Amino acid sequence: MLIETRVRERIEAGKGITTLVFDAPMEARPGQFVMVWVPGVDEVPMSLSHIGPHAGITVKEVGEATKALSCLRPGDVIGIRGPYGNGWRLSGGRILCVGGGVGMAPIITAVEAAGDPGRVAVAIGARNHGEIIFEERARSVSNDVRITTDDGSYGLKGTVVSLADTMMKEKRYDLVLGCGPEVMNKFLLKACKDNEVPCQLSLERLMKCGAGLCGSCVIDGLRVCADGPVFTGEQVERMAEFGKCKRDDAGLRVKL
Amino acid sequence: MTTLEVDLAGIKLRNPTILASGVMGETGESLLKVAEAGAGGLVTKSIGLEPRKGYPNPTLVELPDGYINAMGLPGPGIEAFAEEMEVALRSRVPIIGSLFAAIPEDFTTLAGKMEDYGAAAVELNLSCPHAKGYGMEVGIDPDAVRSIVSSVKGAVGIPVMAKLTPNTHRLVEVARAVEAAGGDAIVAVNTVKAMAISVEARRPILYNRTGGLSGPAIKGVGLRCVYELHEAVALPIVGVGGIERSGDVLEYMMAGASAVQVGSAVGRKGLAVFREITDGLMSYMGAHDLGDLREIVGVAHAH
Repeated sequence: MLIETRVRERIEAGKGITTLVFDAPMEARPGQFVMVWVPGVDEVPMSLSHIGPHAGITVKEVGEATKALSCLRPGDVIGIRGPYGNGWRLSGGRILCVGGGVGMAPIITAVEAAGDPGRVAVAIGARNHGEIIFEERARSVSNDVRITTDDGSYGLKGTVVSLADTMMKEKRYDLVLGCGPEVMNKFLLKACKDNEVPCQLSLERLMKCGAGLCGSCVIDGLRVCADGPVFTGEQVERMAEFGKCKRDDAGLRVKL
Repeated sequence: MTTLEVDLAGIKLRNPTILASGVMGETGESLLKVAEAGAGGLVTKSIGLEPRKGYPNPTLVELPDGYINAMGLPGPGIEAFAEEMEVALRSRVPIIGSLFAAIPEDFTTLAGKMEDYGAAAVELNLSCPHAKGYGMEVGIDPDAVRSIVSSVKGAVGIPVMAKLTPNTHRLVEVARAVEAAGGDAIVAVNTVKAMAISVEARRPILYNRTGGLSGPAIKGVGLRCVYELHEAVALPIVGVGGIERSGDVLEYMMAGASAVQVGSAVGRKGLAVFREITDGLMSYMGAHDLGDLREIVGVAHAH
């Protein structure tokens, strides 16, 4: 069902990264997403970065739709449908949350849902200092938050996957949650396998309907919108298309 | 011995539930998943000659009792679809290739390819309500339908089904044209032309402004069309529109359908809907001492 609402608040989350808080509450599980309609522009899937009475999304400007979203101001009309998808399945024990760039959006809600600063650790990575988001939010609910940047402008210089690997070698984790670019997810999956830690990854594909019907977002026959966006490491390992190709608007395979 | 098997224009189906076109039918792997979920047959996404992107979003409006969609016939085109068919055939359930085109010659070309790919039948999309020059625009003209069906019939050996639109007062005439042209089955119905408007934004929600309504909202329409068609033509009919439970299937079969298609329920209820329906049918047959579903096809017409 489309909820017609307005932008309540616009927050600069990072350089070129904007958080939009809606005027509508959204009861959702961490890791779920919504379809966001910008009237006259497009409707795109966005992970919820804030859930509860003031739900919100966090968007990085990469194309026309994300630019239009980034330019919205408080009071502007938007449409939201959802929440869709399965979300994270938080287990007991120690959890390591790994977010790459704007992939921190669905990760931060999992960190907040863990409910114990001692059992959840966070690895945040981005290209540079400006693109590191939700560090303070993470620190307020986790005792172990570490940062990497590709260019070394903040935190450790290097990839967030090598940081996660280090953290897994320091301490035993029962679960790893990851969300970021596909190449990051791919290497994170490998690191989790090497360290024998089960993981869940949030994947992304072109998505038209968002409701499990059209099949535009399928990856090896699984619908990212309805069967995901969160998949277990075992599921992802079996995907022949993961890390290799995706499908375009016409459903044709495109190499990643 | 109770069996859910049905025969549709010579195609053997393990049960009467077929995946409707336009739902999870764009890739071979997703068709496999639907077969694993228990569908008795699978209709592909409507495929045209060339790759098509379809419309920009919004392409779907979700309603309490259904959906309105205007995807705009996106698809990879018939050449690229060969590899998807190859994968889909591993499901071992009949694959029905849905096709869209504007002129008989193009339908014939597409049908020949689908036959080469191993399709058990073709379903001619004469009913999409939101693609200019295709679908419903040709499907409401009995003469156009007759010439499309007879060209395709002349070109392929597999059964030819025509999927019809409810958005016409000439439904029976169109169905009779399909029959006269040698068509093997009627699929009724495609979506009902509809729209939704955002009050806050003061504009239509769908990019295409109008789209096709599906789901329980249109069950009464689909049922009525099947009932009328059963009186008018001798061809087997496949009932489509708002089927979510075994009771819906029984209604459609009593109205005259030999088999049914399930589309929107895949989104609303998940893929488990196929097993729920077939389990429900088995229970009904057991309780009513029915051995074969053929015994109930069209029984509502006796009253």
